[in-house]
This record gives sequence, C-alpha cells and structure tokens, in this order.
Amino acid sequence: MTVKLSRRTTVIAAAAGAASIALIAAGCAPASDSGSDDGGKVELTVATFNDFGYTDELLQEYMDENPNVTVVQNKAATSNDARANYFQKLGKKGLADVEAIEVDWLPEVMQYSDLLAEVPSGTADRWLDWKVDAATDADGRLIGYGTDIGPEGVCYRSDLFAAAGLPTDRESVAALLEGDWAKYFEVGAQYTAATGKAWFDSAGGTYQGMVNQVEAAYEDPDSGDIIATDNAEVEDIYNQVLDASAAQSAHLGQWSDDWFAGLSNGAYATMLCPGWMLGVISGNAEGVTGWDVANVFPNGGGNWGGSYLTVPANGAHVEEAQKLADWLTAPEQQIKAFVNAGTFPSQNDAYTDEALTGFVNEYFNNAPVGEIFTDRAKAVSVAPFKGEFYFQINDAMQKALTRVEDGTQDKQASWDQWVSEVEAIG
Amino acid sequence: MTTTATNATAPPSSPSRPDPARPDRPRREPRRIAFGHRLSRWDLKLSPYLYVSPFFILFIVVGLFPIAYTAVISFMDWDLVRNSGEFIGFEQYVYVLTQPKFWIALRNTFSIFLLSSVPQLILAIFIAAMLDQNIRAKTFWRMGVLLPYVMAPVAVALIFSNMFGDKYGLVNTTLADLGIPPIMWHSDAFASHVAIATMVNFRWTGYNTLILLAAMQAIPRDYYEAAAIDGASKLRQFFAITVPSLRPTLIFVIITSTIGGLQIFDEPRMYDQYGTGGADSQWLTITLYLYDIGWGQWNFGRAAALAWILFLIILAIGIINLLVTQRVVRDEGARGSLGRREQRAAARAARRDLRRATSSGTLADAPAPTTDTPEAAR
Repeated sequence: MTVKLSRRTTVIAAAAGAASIALIAAGCAPASDSGSDDGGKVELTVATFNDFGYTDELLQEYMDENPNVTVVQNKAATSNDARANYFQKLGKKGLADVEAIEVDWLPEVMQYSDLLAEVPSGTADRWLDWKVDAATDADGRLIGYGTDIGPEGVCYRSDLFAAAGLPTDRESVAALLEGDWAKYFEVGAQYTAATGKAWFDSAGGTYQGMVNQVEAAYEDPDSGDIIATDNAEVEDIYNQVLDASAAQSAHLGQWSDDWFAGLSNGAYATMLCPGWMLGVISGNAEGVTGWDVANVFPNGGGNWGGSYLTVPANGAHVEEAQKLADWLTAPEQQIKAFVNAGTFPSQNDAYTDEALTGFVNEYFNNAPVGEIFTDRAKAVSVAPFKGEFYFQINDAMQKALTRVEDGTQDKQASWDQWVSEVEAIG
Repeated sequence: MTTTATNATAPPSSPSRPDPARPDRPRREPRRIAFGHRLSRWDLKLSPYLYVSPFFILFIVVGLFPIAYTAVISFMDWDLVRNSGEFIGFEQYVYVLTQPKFWIALRNTFSIFLLSSVPQLILAIFIAAMLDQNIRAKTFWRMGVLLPYVMAPVAVALIFSNMFGDKYGLVNTTLADLGIPPIMWHSDAFASHVAIATMVNFRWTGYNTLILLAAMQAIPRDYYEAAAIDGASKLRQFFAITVPSLRPTLIFVIITSTIGGLQIFDEPRMYDQYGTGGADSQWLTITLYLYDIGWGQWNFGRAAALAWILFLIILAIGIINLLVTQRVVRDEGARGSLGRREQRAAARAARRDLRRATSSGTLADAPAPTTDTPEAAR
C-alpha cells in the first residue's frame, strides 16, 4: 500500500518503473475479465501494488465463505506501475475485477468516475468522512472503497534529542512540539543552535505535511481553475519552510540515496511520519536504536497517502467484485491487513478494536503505534481538495523547493519559475 | 580504349563485311526465350526484392502505422482513456516549441551525447588497438571489455547514481578525503551530464571496442610488417595504417552511437529518485521529457508532437551524417572511379552506338558511324 510521497519512487521502485514500460508493451495483466462461469463458478481478480496486506490466508477466508468464488491477486511492484496499467486499460478491456488505486492519482481517476461502478449505498458511513468525500464525484457517486490512510505524527531520534539537551521520551516530545509550524521550527532552531546539525530531512517533505493541511491549495474546488500562484496560503508556506530550511534542513531530497543514508547516520533529528513511513525507517535504518515516534503533529492533524479499491464498470462480474471489495474493506479485514502490512485503516469501527489500538512497534522503542496513529487519524480535520492538475502543480512545487535547497536558485527566482511553469499547465 | 559495344559490331570499314543477302550465314534471329529462361531472368531481377520484402512489409504494418497514427494524434487534444480527441491543428507543436524546457532538453541531449560519444570512441579505438596486439590471455581481455555491456542499464544507473550522491556518494567522499570540495552532481547541469555520460561510456565503450577490434583484425598484417621493416614506429603504424583502414567501421560506429545518444533515456531516468530530469531540468533529455508528458501527465497529443519533433531532429542529423559519410568515404557503393551518373551516361552512349552500328550495317553504308564510336568509348 501505500504509498509514499506523491510520486514516490524509491530507487528500486524507479527501476521497476522503467520495467513497467516493457510490461505495458507486452500487454501484461492477463487479468481475467473472462472468468470461467461454468457451474456458477466465478473467478475474481484483485490487482494491488506494493503490499496491501491481502495474504493468501485472508483471501482463502473469503473463498471459504463463498464457495462459488475463486480470488486471484495480481500484485504490481509499485504504485507507478499500477497507475500506468490502470490508465492504459480503463474503459477498455484487461483491468482486474477489483483494482487498487492510490490517493496520489485519485484526482485523475475521478475524471473517469463514470467508467467505475458505484459503491452501493449503505456502506459509506463505514469510512472516515473525508476518505469518502475524496472519492465522491460531482454527481454524488462514491467510486472507491477506502482501504488505508496515512495519518501523520512526528518521528524523531531520541539519542540526538538527548545530545541537544531536549526531552527524549515520547510524551514530553509531544508536549514540546505541541502547537503550530512556527513552534516546530522554533524548537528546530534550538536544536540546530545546540548541535549544529539539521532538524528535518528536507524542505520538500516538510512542505508536503504543511500543504496537506490547506483546504484548497492549488485549484478552486468549485470551478477547477488553477489558483495556486495567487494563493497567499501557499506562498506563506513556501516562505516559512524555506526560511527554516536554510539552517534547519539536511537538504536531502526524500527517497534519494543520500536521504536513505541519512535515516541511519543521524543527518536529521525529526521527520514528518505517516503510519506507513515507520516501515520505511525500520527497513532502511536497521540497527539504529534511537528512532521513536511522538503523538503530535504541528498545526493539528495531517494525512499523507492511502489507497482505495475500485471496480471497473465494464468488468465481467461487477456484482461479485463489489461484494469482494466490500468485504476486503470492512473493518475486520482492514485490521488484519494492518497487522499483516501496517496499512492504517480508514474505517471508523476499526479504531475501537483492540487488535489495532493495542498494536506496539518494537523498533520504535515499543511505541504504541496503534494508539498513536488512531489519535493522529482523529486529529485530521481538513480534507485537502486535489483536482485534475494537483499532481503536476505539486510536482513543480517540489522541484522549486529543491532548487532553493540545492542552491541552484534563490527563493524568489525559484518561485517565479514555478509560477511560469504552473501557467504553462493546462 | 574500345568498349565492349564497339567490339560487338564488326568495324564497318572492314572489307569482309557480310552482304545484305547472306544466305550462307544464318541471320541472327531474335532468340526464342523459353519459359524457364524467362523465369530465371525474373528470378535474377525480382528475387532480391522478394527476399528483402519481409522486413518492409513488417515495417509498414508495425512501424509505419504507429508513426502515421502518432502524426494524427499530434494534431489533437487526445484522451487516452476514452480514446477520443479533438482536432486542434498545430497547437501542440507550438506549445512544445515554446516551452523553455524543450530547449533545455535539447541542449542537455546534445551535451550528454557529445560527452559520451567522443571520449568513448577515442577510448574504444585505443583499447581495441591494445587488444589487437599479441598479448597473453587474449580472449579473457576481449570478453572483459564486453562485460559492462552485459549489465542491464538500470543496474548500471543504480550503482553509478549511488556513487554520484551529493553528500554521501563514493566520489564526493573520496574528493573530500583528498581535500577537494565536493561536486554537486545533482544541481550543477554540467556535472550531471558528466555523471550520466560516465554511465553511458562505462556500458558502451566495450561494445564499440569489439566492433573496432574486429575491423582491425581484418587489416592485412603485411602492411604492418612492411611498415616495421621500413622502420615505422608503433605510433606511426597506428596513425598511418590502422586509423585509415578503420574508416568505414568508424562511420558505422559513429552513426549508431549518434542515434543511441539522441535517444538516451535509461541513465538520466535512473539518475535520481524521481526520474524527471532534475529540479531545474539539469539532465532532462528529450526522450525523458517525452515520457514525462506522455506517462506523467497523460497528455498524448503533446507527447506525439514532441515525438515527431524528435523524429525530424534525428532525420536532420541523419542527413548531415550521410553527407559527411559520402565525403569521407568516396567509393562507398560506387563501381570504379566513375560516378553513378557518368556510368549511366556511358552505358547509354554505348547502347546508342550499338544500335546505330547494327542498323547502318544492314544499309551497308559509309563509315560515318565509326567517327562517334571512339568518342563514346572515351
């Protein structure tokens, strides 16, 4: 699942991404829209990417409950592969009966919501409101079954905090950072003054956390017009993060080789941390004991990433596929997926379940991550509007931030170039 | 000199010219051509075309059609998912050509191409010359140079982009140890081109070396022996014998690496984590830009227009290549010292002669035709 930053591609993922071209050329995904109907037997395919936590055991459970159904899962390596495949085949033949999509490309999917089967009414209150809103089109059709979300906390290195004379246990750190972004950068200034080291990883990653709290950053939700360049909020965030970045950023672009190295060598002390980021950290910084996660996020809550399941309307077994998608995204199954792969549920009922709230992460000094991220999910109050051009505008913005961070341009020149790039979009 | 045509006609002035009524010698009648004969004539004329046709038929079906379809799409605002578009004329072309990014991409492409092709070919000739010597374990060394070529470009790029990391990369760490300030491989445009060209060179030098080596081995050893006896040094031998003999092969290698260079994609795409050519388009190449428009923004109309522009650029470079090639290797494809047109003119003149000579022969007349026979022959 999951997801990572908009177009996150880890280096390896990018490698697979290049391979995806070949895959497309080869006309992959033999997906069975031609399920064998003999004797009422139905074969359903589920296409996912990365790891949704849908293990063979989980799918077997469904098959046991529905003896006439066989479920086959196709896993794409990365979300980028899945995206390319999805848009090549949408509205034509060849998609699986149930197709997973990621929030990063949800706005693009929403343009073709008429090609997808609607989620039958009655289940919509299963999910968080904003999760439902994002997948509901202008005609009020809900086309995505929410799987997981990416509520954000703050990951920090307790050993580095100790060296700087800051509190180290996660409750005190949460109290220390409680407040708005100015507070976060203020503590950062203290840290840099004490150690001379960087406070956060990159302007890009931090900006991502900040802009995800803006209701309509780049496009007008009503008209769809691009408002990014005139939006004072965006400009303010841009200035705020770059002013702090000069002294406090490690200038390591997320997902770059240097950034991965920085995870383990202590190049930065804190990082904004959606639930799925925990796996990235523990996987790439093995043997580092200092990482911990605090139940706090500047300026309230924030969400980064998450996925949905969709059912293409022209599939061979739309009804059966809807039943399967419904089952897979029910709270009970989503909690199992969380335990399997750490994908944080988007279902209201899951948050009161002991299996989730009691979940503890050993790597992060036994942090009660189930409880922490449940709190973080509840703190999310804004569902940012992401329209047709969100991806492109945000991409250009990330580059603008990078240009300032790597010293290619100054703040103003980089902003001006971004403005002209955004004006060329459309 | 006399041509064959003049030989065929008996000199008209000769006294033993056959009489118009010469019953003793059977008159040369048009030969009856048997069907089998005709078949073998067709065989001679048509079969080569037949034998080369599979490629062209295949090309028309799978090559020409997509090219034409791309041209159609390039005039449209195309929606891939709904498979429909709206005709908007040259707008996409205008858009692409007015994008500063396009010109930056063009600059980067040529810069990376020059940085990779030139050192690569020089190095390849040098290594090939070394391998052409009488060294121990020849096969080992020859296989060795091809080894990088066997590696997948993506793997090469992964390793190299790790080495060229800005902060913790191997190259910069080494530079720091030597007291040299680090090079910003991902923010300085020229540095990024050098890094990418390094990957290309690593992979392709060995490949070109082997091609050049094969050509070197075809050079007769006698030349070197003679030169050695004349007292020419190894260096002199290399420049006076090896390099001139390599010309046609060099041209092949240059053309293939030009095409490859203009289409460079894997290495720049794998150079950073996003694969979009850098924050300031430092290493954005044309194909990378094309990919980003097509598969990043799903704007196939625009991508198709860019594809056509790239096609025209390669075509232009190809023509320049061709002109240079013709200049450098004159006798390529020609027969003898005459040009094609001159050859055709000579053949025409010879035929006309022959006709005139035979017809005048039947009229049993003056030596007039003889006068122009030698002329045509000249």
